[in-house]
This record gives sequence, structure tokens and C-alpha cells, in this order.
Amino acid sequence: MAKVTIDNIEIEVPDGTTILQAARMIGERSKADAYVVPPAMCYHSKLKTSGGYCRTCIVKVTKGSEKDPRPMPKPVASCRTNVMDGMVVENTVNPELIDARNGVVEFLLINHPLDCPICDQAGECHLQDLSYENGKEASRYQFERRTFEPIDIGETIKLHMTRCILCYRCVKVAEQITDGRVHGVINRGDVSEISTYITEAIENDFSGNMIDVCPVGALTDRTFRFASRVWFTNPLDAHRNCDKCSGKAVVWMKGAEVLRVTGRKDMWGEVEEFICNSCRFEKKSSSDWTIEGPRKIDRHSVISQGHYTNKLQQKLLTIAAPNDPGIEPFNFNER
Amino acid sequence: MSTAMQPLTQRSRQVSNKKMSLMERIYLPAIAKGMMITLKHFFTVKAATVKYPEELRPMSKVYRGMHVLKRDDQGRERCTACGLCAVACPAEAITMVADERKKGEEKLYREEKYASIYEINMLRCIFCGDCEDACPKEAIFLTDRLVPTDYQRRPFVYGKEWLVEPLDPSLRVDVSKRQTPEVLKFKEQRQYSHNR
Repeated sequence: MAKVTIDNIEIEVPDGTTILQAARMIGERSKADAYVVPPAMCYHSKLKTSGGYCRTCIVKVTKGSEKDPRPMPKPVASCRTNVMDGMVVENTVNPELIDARNGVVEFLLINHPLDCPICDQAGECHLQDLSYENGKEASRYQFERRTFEPIDIGETIKLHMTRCILCYRCVKVAEQITDGRVHGVINRGDVSEISTYITEAIENDFSGNMIDVCPVGALTDRTFRFASRVWFTNPLDAHRNCDKCSGKAVVWMKGAEVLRVTGRKDMWGEVEEFICNSCRFEKKSSSDWTIEGPRKIDRHSVISQGHYTNKLQQKLLTIAAPNDPGIEPFNFNER
Repeated sequence: MSTAMQPLTQRSRQVSNKKMSLMERIYLPAIAKGMMITLKHFFTVKAATVKYPEELRPMSKVYRGMHVLKRDDQGRERCTACGLCAVACPAEAITMVADERKKGEEKLYREEKYASIYEINMLRCIFCGDCEDACPKEAIFLTDRLVPTDYQRRPFVYGKEWLVEPLDPSLRVDVSKRQTPEVLKFKEQRQYSHNR
């Protein structure tokens, strides 16, 4: 076990945990402390060897360990740095580090087209959140943004290469979840791009998961393309018996219509269980699914607009009848 | 006397229940007095109404009236059905359906997505102008035009045929009056190449 202090909050974690995971453990322990968790664009908890590309999760280590208390000379990527016993990490309390992260975000946005008004990812885009929290209101970049010839990668997945931030998450999905990788990153440096091998369509049963892991709108659901903005749809937890996957998914309904199906994402916006393509693209009828109930959406998300909850009513009920077992106790910490 | 009966202010008056005198009971002097006041106003006070539509009241140049969906310089619709106006709308008056631009429609719509249906319910609308503030594409503006009256409810749901400005350059709706220096300064922040 190693004791690590992140932004003056102590936690004891098993050896081999990364700083990012330790910070997330703090956030899971108490939601009020979740602010210490560094944002991550390329790290994905369910994908091995992910992380280390985007640098948004950088943190400052002011004390290496109990045995060697020297600080680390440069900000380190928290998703790839393991904790040591007695390590002291600074994230939100260090203004220099916030400045460095703002710089990283500015670089990520250099080639991003900022076409959020037409992008289907808008409203659930990690890059939108990140640039809202860390970005500048205007770009200083004066050159032409990078553009690509559009590539058709199949009937179900739409690739917008201009929006890609090269996080490699989709490549890891293709490598680890599907049995044959037919796409990857080609070329180098500024011109590198996600592409399929000789524009071969992706036909694996689990290829749709790269839509869910994509932190931006580079890979989107073509069956949902322009169907609705996500915040006008109603997300519901649902499941079905599927012989290929767990069948646990979120269906995004508008009226009685299932507009799209995605995997369930945890509090860090990462998919809990990968679902298969037939669940995702073919089961678009409400009779295919057993609805469990409305999905809990963070009230700071635009998706929660118009989805009113009876929190206040419940709070009043708990005060009026504190011993009624039928009333859920009101939790002030929750969202 | 309990404390609850204490007056809260000095303005309360004791109501008297005394008997009215004969002059008061016949009411005629009071009626005559009232009629005199009415007659005086009949000759002195100017009419409070105007003869609309021949005569128009002076309007603020940033009056918030009927909406317009602007086209750009090349006559393409600016709206991309991003839905931000509908989210910003406190009256939930705006609905839209998006569609993908087909090949050959590049002259009609500016971007690859456009609103195939765009409706504003003018009975719900409170003309607050939040849609105009929210629009990232400078597509929707409130204008100094008034929403015409009607006897039915249905005609108040305005579709694109009412909202999008005409293609003819001479019939375009002028919103430059709304672009006060303060507005332009605020919009400087939104100057991205794809919006120019």
C-alpha cells in the first residue's frame, strides 16, 4: 500500500496504482472531492495501454516519495505515472500547472474545427467540457486548419477526421475488443490520421464501441447522424438478452422512438461494458429493450435540461416523515 | 386589546358607519361632479391611441419582434439546426428537425447540416431574445416587425416559410440596427473562420 496526497487530500492506494487512478479513488470516495481528478482524453480505464498521448492529465509531483522526497522536474502524465509511498501531487492548487494544462488544451484545439453546432457529439463531448474548463475563448492560431479527404468507413460509423485529437482509444478498441484490427493511425506528426487499411469497412461485431470511446466527435453513430441533438433525447437504462454481449445499454429515446443505443458510461465518462453492434445499430425498437428507468445524468450536463426530478419534493418528504421507510433519504452530496 | 390588533402602519383609517345626508343619498350631485370631470377630459386630454396601421408608434431600434432566419452573403441559410436556441428558450417555443445537406444543395445551406423543419410557436414566445444570444451562427435575429394577429391558434406556429428571409437581396431583412457597438464588441469573441 502507498499513501499519496493529492491536493492536500490523503488516500491509501495499492502499489502499482497510477496517480490518475488514485485521484479517481478520491473522487469515488467523496463526490465533493472529485474536483482533484485531472481530466483525461486518451486514457480509458477499460482499455489496456491507453493513455500517455494527450497530456491533459498532467500533474505536478512536488515530493517523489518518502524515501526520495525530491520533486519531479517537469509535470508528469498522471495516467502513466505510478504512485509511490508518501508522494505529494498538486493538481488544481498549482496555478503553473493549470497554465500548462491550458496550453495543452490550446494545442489540442489548434486543428479542431470547432464545428460543435453540426457535430453529433456536442453535449457529451469531452473536448467541449475540457475546453470549457481550461480553454481560451478565442484561438491564437492563424493558419489554415488541417483538413482531410472524407473517408467512408462503413454504413454504421461516420468518421470525421478533422475533429480527431489522435487519442488512439479507437485503435485500442480495435486491438483489444475486436478480433482483427483493420484500422489504425497512418502517417506521422501533423498529417497523421485515423484510417482503415485500404479503406476497408469495419465489420467486426464490436467495432461500434469505438464510437463510445471516442472523446470527441470524430467517430459518431451514422444511424443517429443528425437525428437529434443529444439534449433533446431521453436517456434510459435498458437491457436485453444478447448472446454476444452483456446487453446492458442506454437507449436514447425521443417520444416512443429509440434514436440510438450506447454503452453505459461511468462517472468518468468511460464505458462500463462494451456492447455489440447488433444491440447498438439494429435494435432500434422500444420492444427490443427492457427499460430499467431513467439514466442519471449529472445536472451540470446539458443533457439533463428539461428532465425534471422531484428532488425538492423528496427533500420535503424526508423532513416531514423522517421514519417512513418508503421515502429515500435525501442525499445532499449527490450531484 | 390583544397585540394582534395593533396597526402595522399609520395608513389605516377607522371606517365610519354614519348615516348619509339627504344630498348624499340622492347621488345626483356626485354624478354631476363625475360627469363634469369626464367632460373636461373629453375636450382637453389628447387621445392615448394611435391610428395603427396608418400611424406607427416610435419603436426602439433594438425592439424584439418577429424573428428572422438570416441567409449569408451568398444566399445560403446560416442555421445549422444546432438546437442552442431551443435549449436557451425559456418558453420552449422553438422546435427543429435537422437534415443532412445533399450534393448539389451547397448553394442553399451553408453547412453540411441544416434545419429541414424549424418552428417557433409565437404564442409561447415571450420575445426575450435569448435565442438570438445563444445562436453561434448568427442565424436567428429578432426584428422590429410585429407578429400579425389572427383568430386561430394554428397560424401562430411559424415555419421556415415565414421565418427564413427571402432570397431576393432587395427583400432581405435588415438587422444592422440591432448591431450596436456593444453587441459587436461582445461578438468579437465569436470570430472563428468558419463563421465569417
